[in-house]
Amino acid sequence: MERKLKAAVIGPGNIGTDLLMKMQRSDWIEPVWMAGIDPASEGLRRAEAMGLKTTAEGVDGFLPHVLADDIRIAFDATSAYVHAENSRKLNALGVLMVDLTPAAIGPYCVPPVNMAEHSRSLEMNVNMVTCGGQATIPMVAAVSRVQPVSYAEIVAAVASKSIGPGTRKNIDEFTRTTAGAIEKVGGAARGKAIIIVNPAEPPLLMRDTIHCLTESAPDQEAIRASVAAMVAEVQAYVPGYKLVNGPVFDGNRVSLYVEVEGLGDFLPKYAGNLDIMTSAALRTAETFAREVHAGTVALPLRAA
Amino acid sequence: MSIENRKITLHEMSLRDGMHPMRHQITRAQMVAIAGAADRGGIPWIEVTHGDGLGGGSVNYGFGAETDAVYIRAVAETVRDTRISALLIPGIGTVDNLREAIDAGIAGVRVATHCTEADTAEQHIGFARAAGLDTVGFLMMSHRADPATLVAEALKMESYGAGCVYCTDSAGYMLPGDVAARIGAMRAALKPETELGFHGHNNLGMGIANSVAAVEAGANRIDGALAGLGAGAGNAATEILAAVFGRMGAQTGTDLFTLMDAAEELVLPMMDRPVRVDRSSLVLGYAGVYSSFLLFAERAEKRYGVPARELLLELGRRGMVGGQEDMIEDLALTMAAAREKPAA
Repeated sequence: MERKLKAAVIGPGNIGTDLLMKMQRSDWIEPVWMAGIDPASEGLRRAEAMGLKTTAEGVDGFLPHVLADDIRIAFDATSAYVHAENSRKLNALGVLMVDLTPAAIGPYCVPPVNMAEHSRSLEMNVNMVTCGGQATIPMVAAVSRVQPVSYAEIVAAVASKSIGPGTRKNIDEFTRTTAGAIEKVGGAARGKAIIIVNPAEPPLLMRDTIHCLTESAPDQEAIRASVAAMVAEVQAYVPGYKLVNGPVFDGNRVSLYVEVEGLGDFLPKYAGNLDIMTSAALRTAETFAREVHAGTVALPLRAA
Repeated sequence: MSIENRKITLHEMSLRDGMHPMRHQITRAQMVAIAGAADRGGIPWIEVTHGDGLGGGSVNYGFGAETDAVYIRAVAETVRDTRISALLIPGIGTVDNLREAIDAGIAGVRVATHCTEADTAEQHIGFARAAGLDTVGFLMMSHRADPATLVAEALKMESYGAGCVYCTDSAGYMLPGDVAARIGAMRAALKPETELGFHGHNNLGMGIANSVAAVEAGANRIDGALAGLGAGAGNAATEILAAVFGRMGAQTGTDLFTLMDAAEELVLPMMDRPVRVDRSSLVLGYAGVYSSFLLFAERAEKRYGVPARELLLELGRRGMVGGQEDMIEDLALTMAAAREKPAA
């Protein structure tokens, strides 16, 4: 059996294109379709140049080919407004959906924390939270797996050039979604998220600060070890993920200072915030492909 | 240029910007006393919020002694004519926080972004306008944008529904000429009915002079704080603004003696530390660094042994913006580690 799972990307913008470039190096995922809505889009031309089939008719443009082309996974890099409809149509054909929009109709997925769980239960739609969530929730989880965290707060600082008009128009969505996932996935009783947009030139690398308040005095040795192990797990798919300082222990406060440098595929290296989203999305799909290959999960049944 | 008979709206900051030097621990009773005095002194607007705006209560910036809603309600029950505003920094606070503040009794909101990031405020300005609030766009760290850039950002805020846009000198870095150039350019470009405001810090001792320059260039809303209680070396002192504008023949509608008594008898005695141009706050103004970094840098100096001045200068070089208080401990750790390494 062919071990690579065939995939479609919806949304040929910065995120979709970066994802495509990463997929071309993947041993587990093979990109086949790129769908957009603007025939003049540069992103569609780029995808075509990379050998993909393209359509400017959105999801509907490749739905008739899903079975023939054996598409098993789709990545949605469009907007929250159209995601639900995209997902419904593709799920109906047995295509798993990895959602990079803030729609969050499926459960949150942060690869080193809860991906295995989703993959084994054959979750048909997973949501990649936010860039700030991907960069910080592994650290919250690294502390909360040692001892109860009553409150966790993250500050994500991103380069002005790395955030587009969609995020800017609805910045509350970032803070709400990230705070929710800090609780649900990170394991903190209460979560808070702050995002800072910094216009410095040259653009600064993404920085993330994670503050956890532990219920009882922090077990410093166990937290240090847990954090180091989690950093290594994130580095497996985001090599530029780095713990710059910490853990700092101050009473019940545990603080971690992280930097995220991107791979510089389609997006510049400073845009670690975007890179960690595309890398996490691909990681999620690859894990699923591995599980399928190993026979631990079965693909949704399809008429031959 | 004469400003005689110009009408100036003073906006009191001690219960918001003043939260910074007070580590957000001003008590409800202190707020009530100060707001009452501002009301009697004819101050038309008073801002009541955590120093970092609605939702600012956090590990990163410090938790307030009370929630914003509790403070706002207490002040709303006290004042008769003075109207209450809140500060909201998108990315820190949300529209949900704004709804709570409206329920608690605010009549206005100032939606604040870094001077080049106005488009992160569209959602909040639009909501505030639709809710019938006096809606102000607040461009922080305005010294980092040249006049043309600042105008472009101010136009965005105006287009989202702001009825007033501020040039905000968060670092206390600007000199009167810088203020005049920015306010003048904004006045020329924005609709005549859009008001202009200026918010000064006294880090270079320019708070009052800059406020005067702003009015001369076309601003009519000016922020001040009784006894200057604000971040860094503080804001332009409200009582001095009232006196100076009075001398210049402008109309502030305030009672100078009531204000100077409030500054002397209520605000000064409650200060944790003298709010003045000392070497740390002078460095803020000199290097163009966000004024509320002051206490954090001093705390990091105590804990990690790196002088606050060095930290603040480096934060300025790195282009840190308002809200990046977390980067102070981070930098102190990095600099302390570098010091421990033996010289090669």
